[in-house]
Amino acid sequence: MRESNEAPLWLLFSAGGVVAAFLIPVHLFLFGLAFPLGWLGAPSYEHLLALVRLPLVRIYLFVLCSLPLFHWAHRFRYTLYDGLKVKHLNEVIFVLCYGGATVGTVLAAYMLWSIK
Amino acid sequence: MADTIILEIARYSPERDAEPGFQRFEVPVHKEWVILDALNHVKDKIDGSLTYRWSCRMGICGSCGIMVNGEPKLSCATFLSSYAHNGNVVRVEPLRYFPIVRDLVTELSDFLGKLKKVKPWLIPKEELSLSDGEFLQTPEQLEDYKQFSMCINCTLCYAACPVVGLDPKFVGPAAIALAQRYNKDSRDRGTQERTAILAHPDGIWGCTFVGECTRVCPKHVDPAGAIQQYKIKAALDWVKGLLMPWGDKKREEDRNAAA
Amino acid sequence: MQQPKSPLYTEYHPRWYRPRVSVYWWLGQSQYLKFILRELSSVFVAIAVVMTLLQLRALRGGPEAYARFQHQLQTPLVITVSVISLFFVVFHTITWFNLTPRAMTVRLRGKRIPEWLIAAPNYAAWVVVSGAVSWLVLRWH
Repeated sequence: MRESNEAPLWLLFSAGGVVAAFLIPVHLFLFGLAFPLGWLGAPSYEHLLALVRLPLVRIYLFVLCSLPLFHWAHRFRYTLYDGLKVKHLNEVIFVLCYGGATVGTVLAAYMLWSIK
Repeated sequence: MADTIILEIARYSPERDAEPGFQRFEVPVHKEWVILDALNHVKDKIDGSLTYRWSCRMGICGSCGIMVNGEPKLSCATFLSSYAHNGNVVRVEPLRYFPIVRDLVTELSDFLGKLKKVKPWLIPKEELSLSDGEFLQTPEQLEDYKQFSMCINCTLCYAACPVVGLDPKFVGPAAIALAQRYNKDSRDRGTQERTAILAHPDGIWGCTFVGECTRVCPKHVDPAGAIQQYKIKAALDWVKGLLMPWGDKKREEDRNAAA
Repeated sequence: MQQPKSPLYTEYHPRWYRPRVSVYWWLGQSQYLKFILRELSSVFVAIAVVMTLLQLRALRGGPEAYARFQHQLQTPLVITVSVISLFFVVFHTITWFNLTPRAMTVRLRGKRIPEWLIAAPNYAAWVVVSGAVSWLVLRWH
C-alpha cells in the first residue's frame, strides 16, 4: 500500500520545499525580527487586516502555511527513520507527521475562510 | 614527502577472530605508487596472508574498492603520496556497509541481487532478428544516458550512502542509476517494468538525496542526479496515471512489452 | 542437513562479519552532519509556519489580541527562536536552490546547461519575490 502513497507525498514535499525556499525567509525576517525589533516600521493592525481580507492574499497565505508543513512532514519522517533508526515505529511516525501537517492545514483553512 | 608510511590495515579471519582488528605495516613511499602498490608490497614482502581484491589496476574493473581514512576509494586510483606526511598513519578498511568475508574482501551477493532486480539490460519493444538491421541512435540520444553507463559497479557509492547502511533492503545508488541508464536509452521499452519495481520505499523513495554517492563515484556517474530525475519521472507518471486512468498509448506499449 | 558445530562457520561459508551501523552514524563524517542539519532545517520551516498561524489567530482576535501577540514576539526567548529559525530557513533556501539543478538535466542545442545557470534564476526570483512581499506588507495601500 505504501508504494502507491510515496509519489504524491514526494510531490507535496517538493512543492512545499519550493514555497518554503522562496517565501518563508522574507516572512520570518519581517514578522519575526524586523518588526518586533523595530528595524522597520511595523504595519498597523488595520493595514494587515485589510491585506488578509483580500481573496488572493487568503489563498496565498493558505499555500504558505499548508505546503511547507507537508514538506516538513515528509522530511522529518525520513530524518527520524535514518537519524534515529526508528523505522519500526513507522506507522506512528507517519500519522504524527502527516497528521500534524493536516491539522495545520485545516487550521489555516478555517482561519483564512472565517476572517471578517 | 616521507620515505615510509604506516598502513593500518583491517584484518579479519573468521577462523581466528570474532571481529576485525587492525595490523600496522611500514611501507616505502614511491612517488608513483598507489595504495594498491602498497598492498601488493605488503602481500609480497611482509605478510602473504593479506587478502584483498584487485584486477585491472587502472580504475575500470571496479574490483579494488576500499575505505582509506574513512573515505571510499579505489585502491588503484589513490596515490600514496597524498597521505605521506611525517608520522602519518593511513587507515585501510573494507568498504563500509557490506559484510566482511576476510580482511579487505566484502560480500557482494546482496548488491548483485539488487542489481539484477532492476533489470539492467535492454528490454526492446519486440524481439528483432539480425536481418532487421541495427538500432539507429543519434549523438543526442546517446548523451541522454551516456553518463549513467559509465558505472563500473565498484560499490563505492554503497559504502558512502547512509541509507544503504541503515536499510538493508534499500536498492542503492548504482542499481537505480543503472536502471535509469536503460530507461533513458532510446532502444529500450522497459521503463514501466523497472518503475514497477523501483517506485517503492526500498527503491527511489528511500533515497533522501544525501549526495555522498555522487561525491565518491570515481567515474562521475552522478547516481544522486539519476535518482532525483527518476523521482520526478515517477511522480509525473503517477499524476498521469491519476488524470488518465485509462492509460495512454506509450504506457500501453510498455505494458505489452512487459507481458 | 546437520547444524555446523563451530560458531565460526555457517552452513555454506565461514561466518561473515556484519558491522552494525551506530545510531550516531551521522556524527562520523562532516558531510553526514551537514546532511542532517539540512534535513532538520525543515523543523524550523514548520516553526515559521506555526508562528504565521499564531499571527493569523491574533489578527482574528482583534487589535488588543494582536498587540499582545506583538509583545510576545519581542520577548528574548522568541527572538532567539526567530534568529535561529531564520538561519535555518535561509540554509534551506540555499541548499534547495543548489540541489535543484541536479534533479533536472536541461539541454539547449545538444549541450547540457551548467548547474549554476539553473540555480542563478532561482536566486534572482527569490530576491524579486521577497521584495514584492515586503512592498505589499510595508507600502501597499
